[in-house]
Amino acid sequence: MDFELSDDEVALADGMRRLCAGRFPLDRVRGAEGRRVAIDASGWSELADAGVFSLRLPEDAGGLGLGTAATAVVFEELGRALVPGPILATHLAAGLVEGAADGKVMVGAVLRPGAVSARSGRRPAPVVIEHLGSLGALVVVGDDGLAVLDPATLDAVAVERSLDPLTPLWRVDHLPAGEPVGGPDDTASWRRDASVLGGALLVGLAAATVDLAVAYAKERQQFGKPIGSFQAVKHLCADMLVRAEVARAAVHAAAVTIDQPDVGDAVRAAAGAGLLAVEAAIANGKSCIQVHGGMGFTWEVPAHLYLMRARVLAGALEGTDALAELVAERY
Amino acid sequence: MDLRYSESEEAFRAGLRSWLAEVLPTLPDKPSNLDWPGRRDYDTTWQRMLFDAGYAGIDWPVEGGGRGASPVEQLIYLEELERAHAPYVGVNFVGLLHAGPTVIVEGTPEQRARFLPPILRGDEVWCQGFSEPGAGSDLASLRTRAERDGDEYVVTGQKIWTSHAEVADFCELLVRTGPEDSRHRGITWLILPMDRPGIDFRPLRTIAGSTEFGELFLDGVRVPVANRLGDENDGWRVTMTTLSFERGTAFVGEVLQSMELLRGLRSVARSTGAWDDASVRRRVGHLGAELDALWALARRNVSQAARTGVPGIGGSVYKLALSELRQRIADLGMDLAGQAGLVFGELPGVAGGSGGTNGADGADRSVGNLEIVSTWVHSFSRTIAAGTSQIQRNIIAERILGLPKG
Repeated sequence: MDFELSDDEVALADGMRRLCAGRFPLDRVRGAEGRRVAIDASGWSELADAGVFSLRLPEDAGGLGLGTAATAVVFEELGRALVPGPILATHLAAGLVEGAADGKVMVGAVLRPGAVSARSGRRPAPVVIEHLGSLGALVVVGDDGLAVLDPATLDAVAVERSLDPLTPLWRVDHLPAGEPVGGPDDTASWRRDASVLGGALLVGLAAATVDLAVAYAKERQQFGKPIGSFQAVKHLCADMLVRAEVARAAVHAAAVTIDQPDVGDAVRAAAGAGLLAVEAAIANGKSCIQVHGGMGFTWEVPAHLYLMRARVLAGALEGTDALAELVAERY
Repeated sequence: MDLRYSESEEAFRAGLRSWLAEVLPTLPDKPSNLDWPGRRDYDTTWQRMLFDAGYAGIDWPVEGGGRGASPVEQLIYLEELERAHAPYVGVNFVGLLHAGPTVIVEGTPEQRARFLPPILRGDEVWCQGFSEPGAGSDLASLRTRAERDGDEYVVTGQKIWTSHAEVADFCELLVRTGPEDSRHRGITWLILPMDRPGIDFRPLRTIAGSTEFGELFLDGVRVPVANRLGDENDGWRVTMTTLSFERGTAFVGEVLQSMELLRGLRSVARSTGAWDDASVRRRVGHLGAELDALWALARRNVSQAARTGVPGIGGSVYKLALSELRQRIADLGMDLAGQAGLVFGELPGVAGGSGGTNGADGADRSVGNLEIVSTWVHSFSRTIAAGTSQIQRNIIAERILGLPKG
């Protein structure tokens, strides 16, 4: 048993961090704020070249044949760098949708309304689709299985302004059935993996906000001292780290459990990981704004971007209530 | 990242498991919590059984007479003991987990030969005299005075939170030997024999009504200089070396015990109908997810200790998260108990779980009303003992995040 990152996993994470620093520095990512296209084709193909969408695809299918654990550490870096686009959906669609794995087709996903609400008790929401204008295919995740739609056939209306300025949205009133590409088991796998890898992106957000808040707390002076020397601020920051590290351990354990099914219940681990990652990213996003004081409420300081992205990614999961019930059933 | 155990780790687990299955049924009945001599007998009998089977001092190095098990084996050891409901370390806690490891590193050959074997065999019991009424979180402000008189120290002062002092043979004692304001630089570590004249112990009654610890009054107590560990005024450093023994396994049993408690509470909820309430199911699921995450974090800390020799940053994060989580699990129990929770005792048929066997993996065990109430009341000590949650947050902020001291 060795639950530290292996050398290969550390190298993968470092490589992705370097790629993000070079190709997706925050000021460049922010250049797409409010635009209809959040990530251009060249950026997308660089992600594809780095294996982001094909990491878990078997080598004979053109993938890298890596496990979910290795993928999780890569996704954490993508989350940390706020890289926009339907990364999770395209990765999960590799092998299901032609062209997803090699970055030729950007694939989005939407949960079929009602599919989740029965368990979570949520109101059916209007169908809002992320990045629709850039998509080559849209996966509809329903309880009875997965289906693929051609986005061009949808009667979609662009949403004027989205909560996350780096996640453009479209609204559709009617979601056709689409072409079935998988049954209930595929839906279950999709949800499980979305919880873990969406969780990894969220952990990246949660960790980035710790760094951002701590850097500000060290630098910002009030009453003649850095605000980070005051316990009230210290404890906000400490709680942020705890949330990020606890969620990170959960995401990593769930990823390993998918790769090594004998070590536990992957469905329970995945649901718990997704749940804690959503909460960590949202709570840390809020705390990050709070630590920044008035500046945290300005557009200029990026704290809000992490919080809003956390909300977007939370939507790719089943909802925290449903995840909690899933854990409870299987505990 | 690999969560599978190696063949040798599995062999260690299997050997331990079969030994536990064989010996646990031979244990005498557990004495009442109020019966300290009985508790000493019970805990030291268990320690002797561990010793005879080669499991005593699992985390101690072989040179100290221990088993020298790897951090992962230590984790397996704690996991198996918890799953088998083996006795808790009890009155052997200070000797095995604190004083003994300190003597191993800082003791002279004579001190090691004198004090270590009886701890491992369960022959001698230690208590701790660190905290004082005026020195809690700020331990370095302690004032218990030791004056040198020939080859003895004469110790006068007061200690607090000393557990099982009434049945202890020795006390690991921190005393002020430097000037009053010398803080970390004027502290000395002494081995106090508890049979010396001038020692008075007064138990403190806890909010649970029990007497788990008390106050130790020292009035001109003579301690041989030969009982000093390390140099005079070097006691702070000596104390800190104990921490170097920590392999990320502290509080590991507690997370497993909490998982079992949570399954028991689920069983209670099912038997009372509370399970039909989605908010109850979500609470259970949420608490379960957090426990799973902390179990993962424990394995991460242990893995890091196996590689680097120290558990790294994880200890404070784990301790803080677990102690607060434990309180929320206890809150759930009280909410499920309802009015029955006002009764500090068993209340047959009210909050008893319907559960199955004895809490083996996956099986719900029954949780009675007394356990629910007692767990809740005791839970308030978790965020205080071994470093309050507020001190843990300071440690995390300053030592891990690098925020400036206030």
